[in-house]
Amino acid sequence: MAAPQLSHPLPSTRKRLTPARRWWWIFQRASGVLLVVLIFTHLVVNLVLGDGVSQIDFAFVAGKWAAWYWQWIDFTMLLLAMLHGANGMSYLISDYARSKRSRVILNALLGTATAVIIVLGTLVIFTFDPCPQDADPGLLPSFCTEVGR
Amino acid sequence: MGGIRFEVPTKENPVSSTPTLYRGHEGMWMWIVHRATGVAIFFFLLVHVLDTALVRVSPEAYNEIIGSYKTPLYGLVEAGLVGAIILHAFNGLRIIAVDRWTWALRHQKFLVWVVWGIFAVLMAGFLPRHLGNVFGGE
Repeated sequence: MAAPQLSHPLPSTRKRLTPARRWWWIFQRASGVLLVVLIFTHLVVNLVLGDGVSQIDFAFVAGKWAAWYWQWIDFTMLLLAMLHGANGMSYLISDYARSKRSRVILNALLGTATAVIIVLGTLVIFTFDPCPQDADPGLLPSFCTEVGR
Repeated sequence: MGGIRFEVPTKENPVSSTPTLYRGHEGMWMWIVHRATGVAIFFFLLVHVLDTALVRVSPEAYNEIIGSYKTPLYGLVEAGLVGAIILHAFNGLRIIAVDRWTWALRHQKFLVWVVWGIFAVLMAGFLPRHLGNVFGGE
């Protein structure tokens, strides 16, 4: 027996969802497109250009986050990636967690981990000091000494 | 208001023997790849935010932990991670296309091979560069 052939598109998945699920369905696709741009930029700048992974140290990160636009790019990437990932993981929980109890526990863990990582990451990005006072000057970006900070 | 309704297979006959458009074909395998890479990337992201948070502790603490990213073992893990991101990214775009355009829906199997093609080309470009940095010494 042969498999059926695809001749017409099925009715749109989106229209059969509840409003909250529909919102997440749209978010998952919209954030996905943005994340393709953000993450490939991240990978090219950090792993391909310059000396690739060998160049990454405190001075490299400080050099980026001294610029406000890198802070905002990385914050956007953090937020979208965590929400996109958390929503994806919640699909897996609803597919594979059999009992209601395990679904509640796993969703609580997922929600907590997501919130903690987003808050921590946001604080790190926006409270970051590229030139800490008591640090070894040899480990800091060159502009820390140049401007006499 | 309910979610999506599916036909629930019976216990006696959990998997129908009728061939389907989907089962065992390109789309099914790519669905598995999409889930597996998604989970891997999610857990890496948790770790990656935590290791980056060390920049708020001290330059020494951050440099020490990031130094382990430059070891051969972790260099290979990173290469795998980049591969996972490429597959997940382009298959995600394929899913959007298949949901959006009838042409893409009709050619969804061909588009799976396009995803593997993009993966092969990008990895062929990335691997020499990255492994050169990891194994190339100072």
